[in-house]
Amino acid sequence: MAYQFDFAPVLAQADLLLKGALFTLQLTVVGTVLGLAIGVLGAVVRAWRLRPFDALFGVYVELIRNTPFIVQLFFIFFGLPALGVRLTEWQAAVLAMVINLGAYSTEIIRAGIVAIPKGQLEAAAALAMSRFEAFRHVVLQPALAKVWPALSSQIVIVMLGSAVCSQIATEELSFAANFIQSRNFRAFETYLLTTLLYLVMAIVVRQLLAWLGQRLLMGRR
Amino acid sequence: MPLLRVSALHKYYGDNHVLKGVDLSIEEGEVVAIIGRSGSGKSTFLRTLNGLESISDGVIEVDGEYLDAARADLRSLRQKVGMVFQQFNLFPHLTVGENVMLAPQVVKKTSKAEARQLAHQMLERVGLGEKFDAYPDRLSGGQQQRVAIARALAMSPKVLLCDEITSALDPELVNEVLGVVRQLAKEGMTLIMVTHEMRFAREVGDKLVFMHQGKVHEMGNPREVFAAPQTPELANFIGAVAQVG
Amino acid sequence: MDFTLWDIVRNLLIGLQWTVLLSLVAFVCGGIAGLLLLVARISDSGLWRALARGYIELFQGTPLLMQLFMVFFGIALFGIDVSAWMAAAIALTLFTSAFLAEIWRGCVESIPRGQWEASGSLALSRLEQLRHVILPQALRIAIAPTVGFSVQVVKGTAVTSIIGFTELTKTGGMLANATFEPFLTYGLVALGYFILCYPLSLSARYLERRLHAPA
Repeated sequence: MAYQFDFAPVLAQADLLLKGALFTLQLTVVGTVLGLAIGVLGAVVRAWRLRPFDALFGVYVELIRNTPFIVQLFFIFFGLPALGVRLTEWQAAVLAMVINLGAYSTEIIRAGIVAIPKGQLEAAAALAMSRFEAFRHVVLQPALAKVWPALSSQIVIVMLGSAVCSQIATEELSFAANFIQSRNFRAFETYLLTTLLYLVMAIVVRQLLAWLGQRLLMGRR
Repeated sequence: MPLLRVSALHKYYGDNHVLKGVDLSIEEGEVVAIIGRSGSGKSTFLRTLNGLESISDGVIEVDGEYLDAARADLRSLRQKVGMVFQQFNLFPHLTVGENVMLAPQVVKKTSKAEARQLAHQMLERVGLGEKFDAYPDRLSGGQQQRVAIARALAMSPKVLLCDEITSALDPELVNEVLGVVRQLAKEGMTLIMVTHEMRFAREVGDKLVFMHQGKVHEMGNPREVFAAPQTPELANFIGAVAQVG
Repeated sequence: MDFTLWDIVRNLLIGLQWTVLLSLVAFVCGGIAGLLLLVARISDSGLWRALARGYIELFQGTPLLMQLFMVFFGIALFGIDVSAWMAAAIALTLFTSAFLAEIWRGCVESIPRGQWEASGSLALSRLEQLRHVILPQALRIAIAPTVGFSVQVVKGTAVTSIIGFTELTKTGGMLANATFEPFLTYGLVALGYFILCYPLSLSARYLERRLHAPA
């Protein structure tokens, strides 16, 4: 029995898919900005060995990197209410993404900081700059520039990983796809188009991040 | 009243006694060349003068700043004692002009406009005014080092430390940097240079310091000392260097 | 009904077994497929290279969840009744093969050109070059990142809970609902993954240091 592909019912709901895609992007942007902020903080704490926080960040990083995102999400959404912290699907999704990206970017940015040649720090010190001034003006930008490809990769990974947020009913792209296919019974076509949409988003976001990296971090070269 | 005075300076790296009691006095406007074999402690000694290396015992006094093993106001010291490095260490993400402007703005809170003007002045002084908006990687080694000198000068230091500043340069680029240093000496800057450039030391230096095994082994006027070294170690050193150079 | 801690742990361990099994299957099958993919990716033929590259970009640029759904619903189109286990194993194998192929490609490309030139001038065919000269050297460099990726595979199995495969996460979910102890249950689930993944992460780092692998 030959299966008849029929994309029409899916395309009829294209607006829902696009809306979902937009939500995924919003989720990603917020998660990225906050996640990178944590990443810079964690990277400095770890690179400068600021006790006892560096050990705390170390534990945080290892916990997140060695457990699946979906479990982190479920823990936040289903587990935290037991402690009296009840979050909406949106809040839980954002929080999970921030915590997740925060851990990965801590390690990535730390590698960038540590890779700054000692001579740069000595030059800054010889110019009477304090450790913080040296970090802000001489270390941070080159460190981020150096690890920007790895960071961008991680951001895209987190964006793709956000698909599981549909499981706690966050109304992003996968949720829209689930909704559509449950109505039109064209599961394969729906998910195929959704997958392609994710692929396009991943490509676009990667380009965007590369461009951003050039503009912000590499100077006007 | 000497501008810089070092008394009984000792430094240990773990069990390694690297500086074994250095005494030195330097007047304002003097050009001091420090020479010696690798391992003699000359670079380490230079780096104690702006606090890049800590000291285990002894005292350093520079223009009213006081350093010993226990305390040092490095921020204040480093505004009076500048340094130029062998590897230049320019900041690659900033233009030449921004490199020079950075410290005055951040440390001395100079306004951007004033810092910019100052940077232009300093770069003119080293002959690189037109490179203001270029990035360091576009410059030759000699040009980068001259920018590094301008960057240090922008802080108006009383003393400029030069740590083998021509050793990493291709031979044909050495002279443009030495030319700048020569000019600075003429203008009255107090210079302390760890160097291998014997000819330069002889021509421009007021005082030659030969370090050996962590101490000042011989010291004096460069022209006299080169002509007639008092100690066999210095004689050997000059002989060995003459063979290479 | 009252559940003891041991009740929960006991059931989670069953789920854990399935997680381990799925991870192993995906890693081994994905490794074999990845090797084939690697050969295609670096082949002389533009067509094979493009196909391999397309495959890799597809699997690296889309969510694992979507890949899983596509396999699950895709196979069903052929009238085959596919179990959650089957779909999970296939999807994770495909996913793993793409990533491992890319990792290994990086390792192969870090082998100096001179090795290719020398073996080529000894009249070895491309496949022989790969087999006898290039891959053995690339293998050494590849160990650390490959072990590192195994962590991603284990974590990836968690997504298969969504199509009903009763691995650790799914089991945890069911238990959380039954016991009304989501904090404890998901906490234990996380612990389970941590126990699997952390040693792998540590090994990867250790191997990286020992074998001085280029970044």
